[in-house]
Amino acid sequence: MQDLAATMPATHVASPPDRMRLIVPAFLFAALALAPLLGLVGAERYVLALFTRCVIFAIAALGLDLALGCGGLVSFGHAAFIGIGGYAAGILTASGIDDAFVLLIVALAASGVFALATGAISLKTRGVHFIMITLAFGQMAYFVANSLKAYGGDDGLTLANRATVFGRDLLADNRSFYYLSLALLLGVYVFARAVVRSRFGRVLRGAKENETRMQAIGFNPYPFRLITYAISGMTAGLAGFLLAEQSEFVSPAFMTWQRSGDLIIMVMLGGVASLDGAIIGAVFVVLTEELLSGFTEHWRVIFGPFLILVVLFARGGLLGLLTGRRHG
Amino acid sequence: MSTALLAVQTLNGLQLGVLLFLIAAGLTLVFGVMDFINLAHGVQYMLGAYFAVTAYNLTENFLLAVIVALAGAMLVGLLLEAVIFRHLYGRDHLDQVLATFGIILFLNEAVRMIYGSGSLALPMPEALSGTIRLMPGLLYPVYRLVIIGAGIGVAVLLYVLVTHTRIGMLVRAGASNAPMVSALGVDIGRLFTIIFAIGAMLAGFAGAMVAPIFAVEPNMGDNLLILAFVVIVIGGIGSVRGAFVAALLVGLVDTLGRSSASDILRSVLSSSAANQAGPALASTLIYVLMAAVLFFKPAGLFPARG
Repeated sequence: MQDLAATMPATHVASPPDRMRLIVPAFLFAALALAPLLGLVGAERYVLALFTRCVIFAIAALGLDLALGCGGLVSFGHAAFIGIGGYAAGILTASGIDDAFVLLIVALAASGVFALATGAISLKTRGVHFIMITLAFGQMAYFVANSLKAYGGDDGLTLANRATVFGRDLLADNRSFYYLSLALLLGVYVFARAVVRSRFGRVLRGAKENETRMQAIGFNPYPFRLITYAISGMTAGLAGFLLAEQSEFVSPAFMTWQRSGDLIIMVMLGGVASLDGAIIGAVFVVLTEELLSGFTEHWRVIFGPFLILVVLFARGGLLGLLTGRRHG
Repeated sequence: MSTALLAVQTLNGLQLGVLLFLIAAGLTLVFGVMDFINLAHGVQYMLGAYFAVTAYNLTENFLLAVIVALAGAMLVGLLLEAVIFRHLYGRDHLDQVLATFGIILFLNEAVRMIYGSGSLALPMPEALSGTIRLMPGLLYPVYRLVIIGAGIGVAVLLYVLVTHTRIGMLVRAGASNAPMVSALGVDIGRLFTIIFAIGAMLAGFAGAMVAPIFAVEPNMGDNLLILAFVVIVIGGIGSVRGAFVAALLVGLVDTLGRSSASDILRSVLSSSAANQAGPALASTLIYVLMAAVLFFKPAGLFPARG
C-alpha cells in the first residue's frame, strides 16, 4: 500500500492574507533603508560596511531560497557562485577593465554558465545525492580558485579600485554603494516574487510537492529546475560581484563549503520558501555574528546552541515565529 | 616515479583510506538506517583525538589513552543522541543539517575555549616509533603500518558483526527498510542508539589513532567530514562494504593524484602549466570521481536499499 502521507497533499505554505504579504517586506526594506542613520550615533564607515554585508548576503540567500525553498533543490555549493562573481570582478579589474556594467554582465554570465553546466548534470540526481553533487562542484571551483597563481592563489586578489560607472567613480562612496546594493536587493526580491507567482513558479512548486503528479499532467520538471538553478546561481554571482567590489578583495575563502553552509543556515533560519525569510535570515546571521563576536571571541558557543533550539522549537524559522505561520 | 616512491604513496593512500573508512562506517550506518544526516560526526573524530591527548597527559599510557578516547567519544555520542538527535529522526534533512551544524559550531568552539587554538600532539608510543624496511630503498614508519592494520582489523570486525550476528542482521534490514523492521516488532529506537554508539566510537578511535601523526586542533574534523560524505555517497549510503571500498578508492586516488598529477600533466603540457594545473587537478580528482559515480550510478557502487 502506498504511504498515506504521499497520497495526501503535502503541507502547503499557508497563504496568509495579502495584507501580511506586504507588511513584512515593507518593514524589512524600510528598516534597511534607514539603517545608515545608525551612522549618526556610531562610526558611519563601520555601520555602512556592516549593513552592506547584510544586504549582499541577503541577495545571495534570496538566490538560494529560490532554488532551495521554491524548487526543492538543496544546493550545498552556492558559495561557488559567489566566488565566480567575485573573481569575474577581480580578474577584469586586474586586467584594466573596471566598467561596472561590463563587470556585472561578465559576473552574471560566468555564474550563469557555471550553473547551467553543473546544473545539467546535478539535476539528474535527487535528494541527498543532489546535495552531495553540488558540494562536489563547489569544491572543484574552490580548488581551481586556489590554483589561480596569476591571481593570488590561495592568498586572494586585491582589487585596485572599485568599478566605475561611465568612467566616474560613483561607487567609491560607501553610502552610494550601500544604496545601490539595497536597490539591487529590491530588484532581485521583486523579480523572485514575480517568478514564484508566475505559471513557471507554480510548475516548480508543483514538481517539488509531487513530481509524479506533475509529470502525469504533462510537465517535465527538468527544464524548469535547470532554469531556476541558473537564476539562483546568477543571483549568488551578483552577490559575489558586490562582495568583491565592497571589500575590494576576492579570495578562495569566498567559496569554502562552510560558506555554502552559512547560506543554507540563513535561509533555514529565516524561514524556507518565503523569500522574506531569506532576507531576515541573512540580516540576522550577519548582525548576530558581529554583535556576538564583539561580546566574546567564542561567540560560536552561543550561536551553535541557538541554531539547535531554532530547529527543535521554532519550525518555520524566525519568520514563522514573527507571523505565526509555518512552512512545509 | 620510482617503484619505491609508488609503494610509499600507495601505503599513504591506504592509510588515508582506512582512516576515512573508520569515520565513514558510522556515518553511512546512521544515514542509511536512520535516514539521518549527522554533520556532527566529524566532531566525534576531533573529540577522540582530544580525549586521547588529555588521557595521555594524565596517565602517560598510550593504550589507556586510546581506550579513554573510545569511551569518551561513545559517551558524547550517546548524550547527543539522547538530548538532540532523537527529536530529529523523521524530520526534514535540512533540519538535521542545521541542528548538527549548530553542534559542530558549539563543540569546535568549546574545545578551542578549553584547549586553545594551538595544535596539540600525542607522543607516539616508543615501541611503534621506528621505521621498517619493506624493500630495498623503502623505509616506512611502523606506526603508519599499525594504523593501516588497525583499520583493516576494524573493517573485518565490522564485516563479521554486520553479516554474522543478529544485531548485524537488524542493521542490514534497517538500512534496506527501517519502517518494516519496526513493524516486525524490533525496538528500532534501541537499534538506533546502538548504531550511534558504534559510529561515534569508531570516529573517536580514528581520532585517537591519528593523534600522534596529525596536528590535534579544533576544526580537524571538518574537512574529513566532507571526505567521509564523499566516501559514503560513492560507496552507496547504508552499505558498510561500499564504505570500505570507496574509502580505499578515495584514499588512493587522492594520495596518488597529489603525488603524480603534475608529472602526468607534464607529458602533455608545458612544465610551468603542468605545475600550476597539477595541484588543482589533484585536489578536485575525488570530487570528479564522486560526480562521475553519481552520474552513472546514482545510488552509489553498492546500494543498500533494494
